[in-house]
Amino acid sequence: MSILVIADHDNASLKPVTLNVLSAAKAIGGDIDVLVAGEGCGAAAEAAAKADGVAKVLVADNAAYGHHLAENLSLLVADLGKGYSHVLTSAGTTGKDFLPRVAALLDVAQISDIIRVESADTFVRPIYAGNAIATVQSSDAVKVITVRGTGFDPVSGEGGSAAVEAIDNVQDAGKSAFVSEEMAKSDRPELTAAEIVISGGRGMQNGDNFKILESVADKLGAGVGASRAAVDAGFVPNDMQVGQTGKIVAPNLYIAVGISGAIQHLAGMSGSKVIVAINKDEEAPIFQVADYGLVADLFEAVPALDAAL
Amino acid sequence: MKVLVAVKRVIDYNVKVRVKADNTGVDLTNIKMAMNPFCEIAVEEAVRLKEKGVASEIIVVSIGPKVAQEQIRTALALGADRGILIETEEEVQSLQAAKLLKAVVDEEQPQLVILGKQSIDSDNNQTGQMLAALAGMPQGTFASEVVVDGDKVSVTREVDGGLMTVALNLPAVVTTDLRLNEPRYASLPNIMKAKKKPLDVKAPADLGVELKASLAITKVEEPPVRSAGIKVADVAELVDKLKNEAKVI
Ligand SMILES: Cc1cc2nc3c(=O)[nH]c(=O)nc-3n(C[C@H](O)[C@H](O)[C@H](O)COP(=O)(O)OP(=O)(O)OC[C@H]3O[C@@H](n4cnc5c(N)ncnc54)[C@H](O)[C@@H]3O)c2cc1C
Repeated sequence: MSILVIADHDNASLKPVTLNVLSAAKAIGGDIDVLVAGEGCGAAAEAAAKADGVAKVLVADNAAYGHHLAENLSLLVADLGKGYSHVLTSAGTTGKDFLPRVAALLDVAQISDIIRVESADTFVRPIYAGNAIATVQSSDAVKVITVRGTGFDPVSGEGGSAAVEAIDNVQDAGKSAFVSEEMAKSDRPELTAAEIVISGGRGMQNGDNFKILESVADKLGAGVGASRAAVDAGFVPNDMQVGQTGKIVAPNLYIAVGISGAIQHLAGMSGSKVIVAINKDEEAPIFQVADYGLVADLFEAVPALDAAL
Repeated sequence: MKVLVAVKRVIDYNVKVRVKADNTGVDLTNIKMAMNPFCEIAVEEAVRLKEKGVASEIIVVSIGPKVAQEQIRTALALGADRGILIETEEEVQSLQAAKLLKAVVDEEQPQLVILGKQSIDSDNNQTGQMLAALAGMPQGTFASEVVVDGDKVSVTREVDGGLMTVALNLPAVVTTDLRLNEPRYASLPNIMKAKKKPLDVKAPADLGVELKASLAITKVEEPPVRSAGIKVADVAELVDKLKNEAKVI
């Protein structure tokens, strides 16, 4: 068996989730190559070479791959991928964007968002917002898979010394172009990697009030998330949404503030180790999954929590 | 320009699914079904493009059992012009759905195809991208804004780090995210009118697509249940529990 893992990176650095994807690859077993496709992505490739269990790092460094445009990247990965038994990447928005194109080009199915490897052809993934867990067996020659990072403990990012090999394979579909991006800047830990996450919902009332969560987050070294209602209302940007159709988080501690606990929200955080809910409605469904529930007005409870830390 | 919208009949998003006792799937008998919420957003976007004079005709297509005509009628009531049902009682996987849609694209030659980014049953998030690859089209996935400008469409995408805007040559595929728009409700007169709009029914074989599935679901189980913990009296007790019992802060 031979596995191609497509690295998540921003050219300058490797995203930690790549180490979780490598862990899934290891569970499948076989030689693992990593593809780093980008523009000026040498540093990310160096980092990938240090990760545990990597045989070879392939680097496709070209302007065509600079913004991970799915049209170009999928042509490259399909071209390389046909020589492997498995093609894996993380179920982030980049992987979700380009990998189904790869599967279609290879005329195989994609298995999305796996949380466990049963064997080289059988995988476990949540369906129906995590309300059911399916075991899926594939009969395709190439298994094309996105991996939910929180399902796998990361491999070590140090100690490896894989060969780094530049590949000259430029695929430019010529049908799409990057225009601009508006990326959230934050010194807080990235949501999906944070040990502690504190999220606010509609109960926060406005974006300004998120400051009280941020103050607690800074004391705890936590990431700050939100419910869909808080994002839809414009309190906070979309990249903070936790849930079925937002980010999936599984921190040691998740604190839900002014969030009712709709199934779509639970789908994104019920894998957390310890859940705390602060809500003024004692009937709120969030309390059914919370290890510690505090029935209180958040505008009193959160500042008090801040003061107590 | 012609706009093609794909819609899927799925379990209503408010319904809590139950896993069948024999672990073969989820129990859908007597369950309320509806149009997938992301597909509603796709229909709404097409209708807005028509209202702006950008779209000339909206064709709505669904793949599914005979009753999926209900979801097509809903889309027609919201403003689509005609419908196509690709009727099958079989479970259709994403790649096969994409191949069926590709056949419709070949026939209809739309300039824009709009789909939901994922359906809330299988949560796959694949069909739009697969269709785009098969049709050789560019794609704007997880769209929060779509602006058609001449022979290009600019799509702002919700990505993990924030927002990213791409410019795509038409024809193109767009998949919708939650913030693209807020779908309207169909009015009673429009629901009545929709009954008279054309709705074509085809079989997968008519489109030359064989429904062979390469993925087999061998087991469906309940997720591990989380049980409710305790209620704490105040913030002091909460902090004490987190420090000394859970040891997470
Ligand atoms: C297709 C689809 C996808 C979706 N995807 C997601 C997703 O990814 N993530 C997600 O979160 N949702 C998602 N949703 C939306 C989901 O169904 C809920 O609507 C949403 O999670 C509700 O957000 P909320 O809990 O903040 O708001 P509400 O349900 O309105 O709850 C607000 C809570 O705040 C409490 N509250 C109010 N004021 C105070 C106060 N002063 N002090 C303490 N408590 C207070 C209230 O008691 C209430 O429980 C999706 C829905 C659909 C249809």
